[in-house]
Amino acid sequence: PQYSELMRTGRAQAELLLGPEAPRLRGTLCVTGHHLLLSPGPQDLWLLLLRNVDSIEKRVAGESGTITLRCKDLRVLQLDIEGVEATLDIARSIEALSSLESVITSFPFFYRPKGLRLGDAWHFHPPESYYKRVARETKAWRLSEVNENFSLCPSYPRAVIVPRAVDDKALALSARFRQGGRFPVLSYHHARSGTVLLRSSQPLTGPQKRRCAEDEELLRAVLAGARPGAQGFVVDTRSAQAAKQARMAGGGTEAKAAYPGWKRLHRPLERGRPLQESFVRLVEACGDLEQSTDHWLSRLEGCSWLAHVKEALSTACLTAQGMEREGACILVHGAEGTDSTLLVTSLAQLILDPLSRTMVGFQELVEREWIQAGHPFQLRCAHSAFSHARPKHEAPTFLLFLDCVWQLGRQFPLSLEFGEALLLALFEHAYASPFGTFLCNSEKERCLCEVRSQTHSLWSRLNQPKEQRKLRNPLYVLNPLALWPSVEPQSLQLWQGLFLRWTRPPEPPEVAWEKVWQIV
Amino acid sequence: MEHIRTPKVENVRLVDRASSKKAVLGTLYLTATHVIFVENTPDTRKETWILHSQISTIEKQATTATGCPLLIRCKDFQIVQLVIPQERDCHDVYVSLIRLTRPVKYEELYCFSFNPKLDKEEREQGWMLVDLGEEYKRMGLPNNYWQLSDVNRDYRVCDSYPSELYVPKSATAHLIVGSSKFRSRRRFPALCYYYKDNHASICRSSQPLSGFSARCLEDEQMLQAIRKANPGSDFIYVVDTRPKLNAMANRAAGKGYENEDNYSNIKFQFIGIENIHVMRNSLQKMLEVCELKSPSMSDFLWGLENSGWLRHIKAIMDAGIFIAKAVSEEGISVLVHCSDGWDRTAQVCSVASLLLDPHYRTLKGFMILIEKDWISFGHKFNHRYGNLDGDPKEISPVADQFIECVWQLMEQFPCAFEFNERFLIHVQHHIYSCQFGNFLCNSQKEREELRIQERTYSLWAHLWKNRADYLNPLFRADHSQTQGTLHLPATPCNFMYKFWSGMYNRFEKGMQPRQSVTDYLMAVKEETQQLEEELETLEERLEKIQKVQLNRTEVKSKQSEPGRHSGFSTSDNSMANTPQDYSGNMRSFPSRSPSQGDEDSALILTQDNLKSSDPELSANSDQESGVEDLSCRSPSGGERATSEDSSKDRDSDEAVFLTA
Repeated sequence: PQYSELMRTGRAQAELLLGPEAPRLRGTLCVTGHHLLLSPGPQDLWLLLLRNVDSIEKRVAGESGTITLRCKDLRVLQLDIEGVEATLDIARSIEALSSLESVITSFPFFYRPKGLRLGDAWHFHPPESYYKRVARETKAWRLSEVNENFSLCPSYPRAVIVPRAVDDKALALSARFRQGGRFPVLSYHHARSGTVLLRSSQPLTGPQKRRCAEDEELLRAVLAGARPGAQGFVVDTRSAQAAKQARMAGGGTEAKAAYPGWKRLHRPLERGRPLQESFVRLVEACGDLEQSTDHWLSRLEGCSWLAHVKEALSTACLTAQGMEREGACILVHGAEGTDSTLLVTSLAQLILDPLSRTMVGFQELVEREWIQAGHPFQLRCAHSAFSHARPKHEAPTFLLFLDCVWQLGRQFPLSLEFGEALLLALFEHAYASPFGTFLCNSEKERCLCEVRSQTHSLWSRLNQPKEQRKLRNPLYVLNPLALWPSVEPQSLQLWQGLFLRWTRPPEPPEVAWEKVWQIV
Repeated sequence: MEHIRTPKVENVRLVDRASSKKAVLGTLYLTATHVIFVENTPDTRKETWILHSQISTIEKQATTATGCPLLIRCKDFQIVQLVIPQERDCHDVYVSLIRLTRPVKYEELYCFSFNPKLDKEEREQGWMLVDLGEEYKRMGLPNNYWQLSDVNRDYRVCDSYPSELYVPKSATAHLIVGSSKFRSRRRFPALCYYYKDNHASICRSSQPLSGFSARCLEDEQMLQAIRKANPGSDFIYVVDTRPKLNAMANRAAGKGYENEDNYSNIKFQFIGIENIHVMRNSLQKMLEVCELKSPSMSDFLWGLENSGWLRHIKAIMDAGIFIAKAVSEEGISVLVHCSDGWDRTAQVCSVASLLLDPHYRTLKGFMILIEKDWISFGHKFNHRYGNLDGDPKEISPVADQFIECVWQLMEQFPCAFEFNERFLIHVQHHIYSCQFGNFLCNSQKEREELRIQERTYSLWAHLWKNRADYLNPLFRADHSQTQGTLHLPATPCNFMYKFWSGMYNRFEKGMQPRQSVTDYLMAVKEETQQLEEELETLEERLEKIQKVQLNRTEVKSKQSEPGRHSGFSTSDNSMANTPQDYSGNMRSFPSRSPSQGDEDSALILTQDNLKSSDPELSANSDQESGVEDLSCRSPSGGERATSEDSSKDRDSDEAVFLTA
C-alpha cells in the first residue's frame, strides 16, 4: 500500500541502453513497487530489481530526458525517456523506492517463484550439521545452546560449538568479557593435525587490563583438547598499535601472561571505510574508458584493492599454515569479529578443507562462516561502489572474500567444484536479491523478521539442476590436499570477470567454456 | 674445449631463489655447450642444464664464509645462483663461462654439434616443412596484380632481403632498383601479405632517404604501383611505426619519411613505437621488478608501470590493429616501415597478419609467419639476441615482444589459436638457444653462405614432431568468432594487457597456477579418444560374439570397466604443494623446522609428456643423444633425466592424509 504513494507515474515510452556495445531496447517503461520494467514487445520483459539501484542521475533536454542507473552489481544502464515530466517522475519514484530500508516489506517477502517451495533449502543448520562432522572427529567439543534466545550474543546463532570442558555458565562470563558477546567458538576442526580454528571478538581488557578467568579457562581448554603439546596463536587482524589503542575504548587484546601457551600475531587487514573507498576507486578506474593506458597500472595501484587481496590471502595462508604445518590452534579476531575475522577463518578453511571446496560445502561455508556467524550483510551491503550517499557501515568484506576465492580458483583451476559464476551470483545476491538468504545482520534479526518462513532461500534456487550446470566447474577433480596459493603480486590478478564484467565483451570466455564442456 | 679451465667442481650449492636459506649440494660440470648442476641427493640426482647461449650475464659476488657466489642470468629469464666453496674454482668457472658464453664464430654454436640422430633425408625433410613458395600460393599469388620477381637474385639489390620477392606486376626491375637506391640499406617496398578477399595488401620497406627535400621518381612510382595493384582503391596508407620525433631527427641524416606532397595518393601515418634501445631498457627494468624479493603490490605495480613494458606492447598491438583494420575493413593497402624495416616493421606486419588470417593462428601457420616476416626478411637474429659476441647495444627483445603480443591475443581469444602458451615459450627459448639453425645469422644471404640447412637441423620439424604438446584444447576452428579477422573491442581497453608471469617468472614455479587446464583437457581428450577406440574394438568383438551366439552380458561388463577419469584422480593428488613464506619477515612460528618450509612442489599433470620438449629440460634429452662423450653423465640419471619440477615432497603429504 505504501508503495503507491511513492510511485509518481504509471508508464512512459523509453529506450534502454544496457552497455557500450549492446543493442538498444525500446518499449514501455513502468515502475512497480519493487521493479523497473520495460517491455519491448508483447512477449519480452526486461526487469530490474529497484533494490539493485545504487545511484541515479537524471538529465532533461527538450522534450525528453535521460536517466542513468548505476547498479549495485556494477552495471550501468541508460534510459532515454519521452517527456520531461515522465522522466522526473520516474526518477523520483526509483529514488524513493530503491532506498527503502524496511526488511519485511522488501521484495523477498513477496517473491513467489514457480518451482520453488517456501521453506526449501532452509535446511542448512550449519552449526548443528557441522557439529555432527566434528563429533565424528573428536570428543573434545560440544554443541552448546547457551545462546538459544540470543541473550548472550545477539550476533551469534542459537547453537555454537565450544570446548566440552567448559560449561555454559563459564561461556556466559566469557561472553561478557568479549565485545558484542562474541566469545571464542569453534570455526573449523582440522582432523589431520588435531588442531582447531576459533573466532571471537576482542577481549574487553580496557585501560586497566582487566582479565576474565572463564575466558582464560576457555582458551586453556582449547589447547588441552587439541593434539598433545599444541601451541596456540592469536591472529589479531589489527596492527599491534591499533590493538593497544583499542584499550582506551574498552577493548584490547589477549595479554600473554593471562593466556599461557598462546602467542599473539598481528596481521593488520583493511576494513570499514578505507576498504569501501578502495572498492569505489577501483570500480571508478575500471569504468573510465577514456583514460590512457599509460597510467592504468599506477591507478590500479592507487586503488589498493589488490594489496587488500594479497593481505587477506596471506593472513589466511599463515593461519592455515599454522594449523597444518605447525600443529597449532589458532584464534582469529579483530575488533568486532564480524568482518576481517570471518574473512580469515573462511579462507583458511577453503585452503585446508577439501569438503569446503565442493558445491555443497562452499554453500555451507558461506552460510556458517558468514551468514550465521553474524556478518552484518544489511549494513555492509547497503550501498555498492556508485552510491553518492555518505558511507556509514558499508564495506565490501564479503566481496573481498569472493575475490580471494576467485584467485584461489585461478591458481588451482581443477580444485574448486564451482566456477566463477557462483561467486558472481553470491556477489549480486549479497547486494540485492529477491531471496531472503542475505537479508538482515544476524540470525536474531532473521528470526524476528521470520525470514525463514516468509522468503525463499537462494540456495534452493542455486541448487536447481538448470542453475547447477552454469555454476559448476567442469574441470573439477577432488584434491584432498591443502591448496597453498602464491601471494606474490605476479600471481594475483584483477578479477576481470567481476570488475570489468559489463565493460568488456563477455563472449570469448563463454565460447571457451562451451568448448570445455564439450571436451569434458 | 680449450676455454674450459675446470670441467668439474664438487660441493657446489645451488641456492633456491625463493628462500635464500635453502640450497642443495651437488656437482657442477662445464661442457662445451652446457653448464650442468647435478644434485648429490642419491635418489633424485636432479639435474639443471643451462645452455651457454642462454646465459645473458654472469656475476661473481663477494666471497662469504660459505663460499663464492656466482649469479647466472639467462635470456629465457631463468636465474641460477651457485655458491662455490673455493674462490679459485669460482674464478675458473667464471672466466671459462665468460668465454664460453661469448662465441666469436658461428661454428662454436650449439647447432653445429647438436645431433638428434636423424638421417640426412629426415634433416632435409625437416627443412622443407615450412615452404614460403607454397605460402604465397596460398595467399592467391601470383595473380594479375602481383608477380614473383627475381630482381634480388644472388642478393644483388639488397643483401638483407630474400632472393625471391613479390612485387606489383607493373613494377619493372628498373623501377625496383631505382626505388631501392632511395631506401635505407636498399630495402625497397615488397609484398608481405596479400588479402585475397579484397586485393588489399601489406607491403614493407625501410625509410626513404628523403632528408629535407630529396625525391626519387622511381620510389614514387613504386608506391603508385602498389596502389594500382589494389584496383578500386584511391590511396594507400604509409605507416611509419616510429615516433614522429625520431623520424624527423632522421631527416638530418639524409633519411626520414615520405612527404605526402611528393607521393600522389598516399595517407601518411605515424604510430609511435620506441626504438630497440628504449625496449632493451624497458625489459631490463621489468626484469628488475620480477627479481624483487617478496615485493609489495605497490612495488610491483609501480615498477611494472615505470618499466613501460606493457605500454610498448600496446603500441605494437595498436599498430597491428590499425593495419588489419585498414586492410580488412577499408580495403586499403598499407606500406609499413620504420628505420631499417627489420624490427618494428616485422613486429607490426606479423601482428596484423595474425589478426587478419586464421591460418597464422594455426601451429604450422605460425611457423610460416615467423619464417616469412622475420627470418626471410632479414631480422637480425644474431645481433638482437647476442648469439655471437657483439655490440651489446644491438641487443633488444624485439621478437620477445612479438611473442608476447601473441600471448596477449591468446588471453583475449582463448579459442582462436591452435597452439598454446607452451609453444610460444619454446619458440622464445629457441630464438636464443642456437640449438637449431633457423634463427642463426642476420640474413638469408649469410645463412646460405654458411650452408645452414646442410649442417644444422630445423626447429620447425622438431616442434612439429612434438606438436601434441603444443595444441590448445580449446581451439575452435569452426567458431565464427575465431574465423576471419579477429575483432578487438572498439572501446579502448586498458586492462587488456596483462603481465605475463608465465614467461618472465616462468622458472618460479610457485608463482604459476599450480594446475594446468591445458594439460588436463588434453589428457581428457586423449583418454576419451582411447576409450572410443576401445569401445570400437569391443563393439567389433561384440558383433563377432553375437555371430557365434554367445552370451552378451560378459562383454557388457567389460565395456564399462574403464572409469571415465580414472587416470586423473591419482595424478591430481600429486599436485601437492607446500606453503610459501606467508609471514613476511616475521618469524611467526618459531617451532618451524627447516624441512617443513619446502617451497613449491607443484607437479604438472602430464609431466611425462612434457619432458621431451620443455626447453628447460630439452637440453637433457637432446644432449643424451647428441654429444657422445659426456664425462658428467650420471649413471643414475638414466633416460629419465630428472626434471625441474618433479619432487618427492608430495609423498609425505599424501601419506599423512590417506592414513588420517
